[in-house]
Amino acid sequence: MPTTPKKSLTIALSGNPNAGKTSIFNHLTGTRQKVGNWPGVTVEKKEGTIRKYGYELRIVDLPGTYSLTPFSIEEIIARDFILEESPDVVVVIIDSSNLERSLYLATQIRELDCKVLFCLNMADVAKSRGIKINAAKLSELLDVPVLFTVGNKNDGIDALLKTTIELAESDSVTPQKRRVRYRADIEKAIKELGSVLTAELGSALPYNTRWTAIKLIEDDAIVKKRVQQVAGSRDKQIFESVKSQRDALMGLFDEEPEILTTDERYGFIAGIVKEVHTTAVQQRVDISRNIDLVLTNRFVGFPIFILFIWIMFQSTFTFGKYPMEWIESAIGGFSILVDNFLHDSLVKDLLLEGIIAGVGSVIIFLPNILILFFCIAIFEDTGYMSRAAFLMDKIMHLIGLHGKSFIPMLMGFGCNVPAIMAARTLESEKDRILTILITPFMSCSAKLPVYIVLAGAFFGPRAGTVIFLIYLLGIVLSIVTGRLFRSVLLKGADAPFVMELPPYRVPMLKSLMIHMWDRSKIFLKKMGGIILVGSVVVWCLTAFPQQVSYTMDYDAEIQRIEQTYQAFQPAPEMELMATIQEKKDQEIQQLRMAQAAEKAEKSYMGRIGTAVAPFFQPLGIDWKGGVALLTGFVAKEIVVSTLGVLYAADDAAEPDALKKALLASDVSPLSAFAMMIFVLLYLPCLATVAAIRRETRSMRWMLFSIVYTTTVAWIMSFLVYQGGRLLGFA
Amino acid sequence: MLLSDMKEGETGIIVRIGGNGALRRRILEMGLIKNAEVYVEKYAPLKDPIELIVKGYHLSLRVNEASQITVEKTGVFVERQ
Repeated sequence: MPTTPKKSLTIALSGNPNAGKTSIFNHLTGTRQKVGNWPGVTVEKKEGTIRKYGYELRIVDLPGTYSLTPFSIEEIIARDFILEESPDVVVVIIDSSNLERSLYLATQIRELDCKVLFCLNMADVAKSRGIKINAAKLSELLDVPVLFTVGNKNDGIDALLKTTIELAESDSVTPQKRRVRYRADIEKAIKELGSVLTAELGSALPYNTRWTAIKLIEDDAIVKKRVQQVAGSRDKQIFESVKSQRDALMGLFDEEPEILTTDERYGFIAGIVKEVHTTAVQQRVDISRNIDLVLTNRFVGFPIFILFIWIMFQSTFTFGKYPMEWIESAIGGFSILVDNFLHDSLVKDLLLEGIIAGVGSVIIFLPNILILFFCIAIFEDTGYMSRAAFLMDKIMHLIGLHGKSFIPMLMGFGCNVPAIMAARTLESEKDRILTILITPFMSCSAKLPVYIVLAGAFFGPRAGTVIFLIYLLGIVLSIVTGRLFRSVLLKGADAPFVMELPPYRVPMLKSLMIHMWDRSKIFLKKMGGIILVGSVVVWCLTAFPQQVSYTMDYDAEIQRIEQTYQAFQPAPEMELMATIQEKKDQEIQQLRMAQAAEKAEKSYMGRIGTAVAPFFQPLGIDWKGGVALLTGFVAKEIVVSTLGVLYAADDAAEPDALKKALLASDVSPLSAFAMMIFVLLYLPCLATVAAIRRETRSMRWMLFSIVYTTTVAWIMSFLVYQGGRLLGFA
Repeated sequence: MLLSDMKEGETGIIVRIGGNGALRRRILEMGLIKNAEVYVEKYAPLKDPIELIVKGYHLSLRVNEASQITVEKTGVFVERQ
């Protein structure tokens, strides 16, 4: 029967975390990557489609795992993808310097009835450590093609692709030779259970019989469920047989069967490693270990860690300043352009005061966010992140969290949305929920513009210290919250802290860029979507109703002033003239601002603000601040643009317009401080709330988070404002 | 002796792995199996967790997790293996 050549192939990349999977994926797909989510869950799914050698190749990056047990979401996803979507080839990326442990996953994948290719990555590192691997022998022993690559140098990637295509096109069935053989009693149990499965289900069995039998003996919850689905009423016989086999094995070895199989798999691997792996006697200096002598040192480990975090925040703000200024002047120039080209109309107002002012006041923070995410990407790609978890675990554990929780919490300083998604690296549900509930107290970069404006306006040279205090307060409250929730809401045993400390690596610029870009994209998407809509809505609420009945006739008053000053006109000295002119402008300016403020107060927004004012009043926040905070639910950056509109600082060409307007208003430094605290703590933004809902898969946790954060925010602002007044800081 | 009683720079052979369910499985999967050699690289600055070298890579676990693992001390090595 002639077969038509298959032109479209699906290739799955699988491997341990830190095996260099991402860099190979980046080299294969370049910029043609799509980052999305696995269906139903929010583990990041990366895939890219490329055309090469006449094929359309869909390359899917499976989550990095150490095993394929059903204990973590990542492992379930990786396994399900291979089982359910049957990719044409699964490329297992193996860290050559870590062959034994890597083979644990590799041999498990090999048992899944798919075409497998082993890719011995980081061959250079292994070589420098005196490790030699006999690829031909390994290939022969396990009956799979084996290749060497150096992912971060793009070595062997083309060969990898070619071999993958050859393998996909070959008729070779999945590897049968030398599967893991278990001890006789287990093999007997597998065989017996296998025949029960064949008898009961026959071809209805979704997976290979032997594999299914092994998984059932290992008490694998997911396979059990799947078998139950297809078995229907026949499941009773099957599960009785499973139980009796398990009981028999436990009786024989006094161990759970899954422990026995793990042991035997490692035994099988040890045999293979002995045959293909040699280590030269002389060992070179282990650079990574030497670095760790310093970075996780008993005495200097923590100071260095704090220094790194400090450098990260410092560079975010100092290096970010220059591009910020460029963007600012570009926006200023653009609005002048629009101002000159369009006739006065409602559309022009919407464009200038709504869209350009709104989106513009937020987009200038793009440099900050890019730098912050770049720093976090450096931490991740060098391997320092896991050292941070190692250093912090004791402290995090005191709060009732896992050292790994530190990573999402740190990312929370960038943006809560990816941070909450990163909480997925935690295996225990409790740790995950607790981390998700705490993360919103990590002040995200979107709140920073608010602090910069408020602290910049009211605390001048001490602005940096004030902002630092705000961040610190967030951290302290997250600790308190963690302890509280751990002892009241989420009691129970802690998840294991078993974590690899991968060797340090020089990060690749390309990969750093991709990492940074993936996350900043979320920020930019918010810009184009939610913030744009938010700005328009806020502008509409402020601009309407158009006709307002003022308490006084401002225009007439302005005219009166003009006329009064006309009388001085013939004054002789030029200097006096200038002073008089200045005084006149000032008075008119004051009137215009009063008019704008009254208009704002009588707008729809003002009415909403007046309605919620009693809620904010004990915190020293006026209705304008209240409105700004309300609009901040859409996205925190909008607080700034709303303040801009309400304080009539719509002069986008002048960067410090809002600060000046705030200083001229009756907002005191104390109430500005209370407002900053409220911004720090109150309900997370729309996108974060949505992420919480998705990640906890529970409406109740989402609502709980909203109520809890807002309550804490109110109480803290209240204490600070009223306490401050008592101490005479009003 | 227990793995958690070993000091920095000591080497041992794993004799028994206690604990239960997910933790035990995880420990085994990461290569801490019976008869495997472990080297205690260091304790974190706050004395918890421990950094081990097992099967040629670095692994960290908490002290109370390490206390589930029984080892036989084989010596004190300055350099690995």
